[in-house]
Amino acid sequence: MSDKLFKIILSSSAVIILLISGGMVYSLTSGSIPAFKEFGFFNFIFSPEWNATPGNEEYGALTFIVGTIMTSLLALLFCIPFSLPVAIFIGEYFKGKRIASVLGTIVDLLAGIPSIVYGLWGFYVLRPLIVSLGLSEQGFGVLTASLVLAIMIIPYAASLSSEFIRLVPGELKEGAYSLGATRAEVIQSIIFPLAGPGIFSAYMLALGRAFGETMAVTMLIGNANIIPTSLTDTGNTMASIIANQFGEAGGLKLSSLIAIGLLLFIITAIINYIGKLIIKRRNQ
Amino acid sequence: MKISRYRNIKNKALYIGVIILSGLTAVPLIAILVKVILKGWRQINFDFFTQTTPTTLDAIYAINAGEIIPGGIANGIIGMLLMVLMACVIAIPIGIICGIYLAENTKSHLASIVRFLTDLLQGIPSIVVGIIIYIWVVIPMKSYSAIAGGVALSIIMLPLIVRSTEETLKMLPTTLKEAGLSLGASYSSVVFRVILPSAFGGIFTGILLAVSRVIGETAPLMLTALGSSAVQWDVTKPASSVSLLIWEFYNDPNLQNMIWSASLFLLMFILILNIFAKRISNKWRI
Repeated sequence: MSDKLFKIILSSSAVIILLISGGMVYSLTSGSIPAFKEFGFFNFIFSPEWNATPGNEEYGALTFIVGTIMTSLLALLFCIPFSLPVAIFIGEYFKGKRIASVLGTIVDLLAGIPSIVYGLWGFYVLRPLIVSLGLSEQGFGVLTASLVLAIMIIPYAASLSSEFIRLVPGELKEGAYSLGATRAEVIQSIIFPLAGPGIFSAYMLALGRAFGETMAVTMLIGNANIIPTSLTDTGNTMASIIANQFGEAGGLKLSSLIAIGLLLFIITAIINYIGKLIIKRRNQ
Repeated sequence: MKISRYRNIKNKALYIGVIILSGLTAVPLIAILVKVILKGWRQINFDFFTQTTPTTLDAIYAINAGEIIPGGIANGIIGMLLMVLMACVIAIPIGIICGIYLAENTKSHLASIVRFLTDLLQGIPSIVVGIIIYIWVVIPMKSYSAIAGGVALSIIMLPLIVRSTEETLKMLPTTLKEAGLSLGASYSSVVFRVILPSAFGGIFTGILLAVSRVIGETAPLMLTALGSSAVQWDVTKPASSVSLLIWEFYNDPNLQNMIWSASLFLLMFILILNIFAKRISNKWRI
């Protein structure tokens, strides 16, 4: 094969990636235009209405945006007290030891479990537990969904943060030790400030995951088209409304669901971009 | 130097706290595995791999007679394998070639855009990929199909393969390439005969991990493959997958045991892929 042809093939694969990404944005946008035209862009985002009665159709995304933000932030909150210790365990206390790689494998295995299996487990194990604790009658709701979501994002937050904690230069830590600092003080005043931006970006990426997570949330959140006002309220997220209603949708409803998909795409892209940007800055 | 009592206690408390909380992270994993194995192992027999999903009625009869549910998840397994195979056929060549492109052109403008877009693709929620393939494949074909499911999975696999190929190639010493070129080999034969064989382990591991990531995907398949109660070899017809079967029947109390078995099967499949990937990456370490 001539080198010229080979180089053309290489570049054309890059063009394929360009086309796929461009095509995605185009298709999502053109699919959501009917909904935006009917309701107006900002009106669509800030309207809590979701009414599929024929002739009286009205759709808005606010309910699902609030549901998504609530479950994801709550999941992030639940995940921090476990993922941060795991990161310190692997990256500092037991760095390079066998026990650290065992914990690393456990975390990797958590990441490997498919969303649908988490959902099934949440449905048959966690939900009855919530009911027996008397937190809610059916066990569905924001709390149940975010608990499972928290378990699902621990691996993403923990493995990346542990990388950044491990990369903190040994001389700085030794300097602090030589001044009489305890290990806790080294972690608090050397490791956290230095690895801080990296850890922050790890949590941003975990948040991005939580936003787009579909199956487990759909099975547990209760699927009610209302804005949840308490932790045990049922609700819907952007991903779960698409999963639940896409199959039977047509016309304006389909367009509205595609519009919600577009919004989800934009939000996760921004969150991931911020996370990646911080990592890139650190690497330079 | 003497450490004050307060500082000493704080130091120990953090140490113990970190160990306890880290240990607690293993609890959900163990809880899920125990539940899936205990509930699922009894249904896994020969029929489980060769029969299609039973109807609720069959399941009720079996449960009332105190027997295990007849039938299996053959329709799911066949559909899953077909769709993953199609996804591999599409994503592996494009992914590897694009990975080579990115590794070879570190400074070009197009490469940095493509690198950015690959990151973007990697972060797209899988349900959004489902919507896009619904628009691209399901609407023009006027039917849900295994092809659509395969294409959706390939879009999820593609960025993973691109990045793992690029990372592997970047770890290769440049002297390897220079040696090939100095012997008068053409650029393409250096890539095919020197670079790719030396990077084989890393690339193959990346592919296995990408497969294990998409094999349990459900959300994009709901919008593209839909599901099917029979074994479907025609890729232009709606198809099922193991994960779709779990979604379809998780609410059905009569088929509950079958669903746990399907989950066990899925977990074992993913576990084996991961173990395999780890062994290969250890064996072929650069």
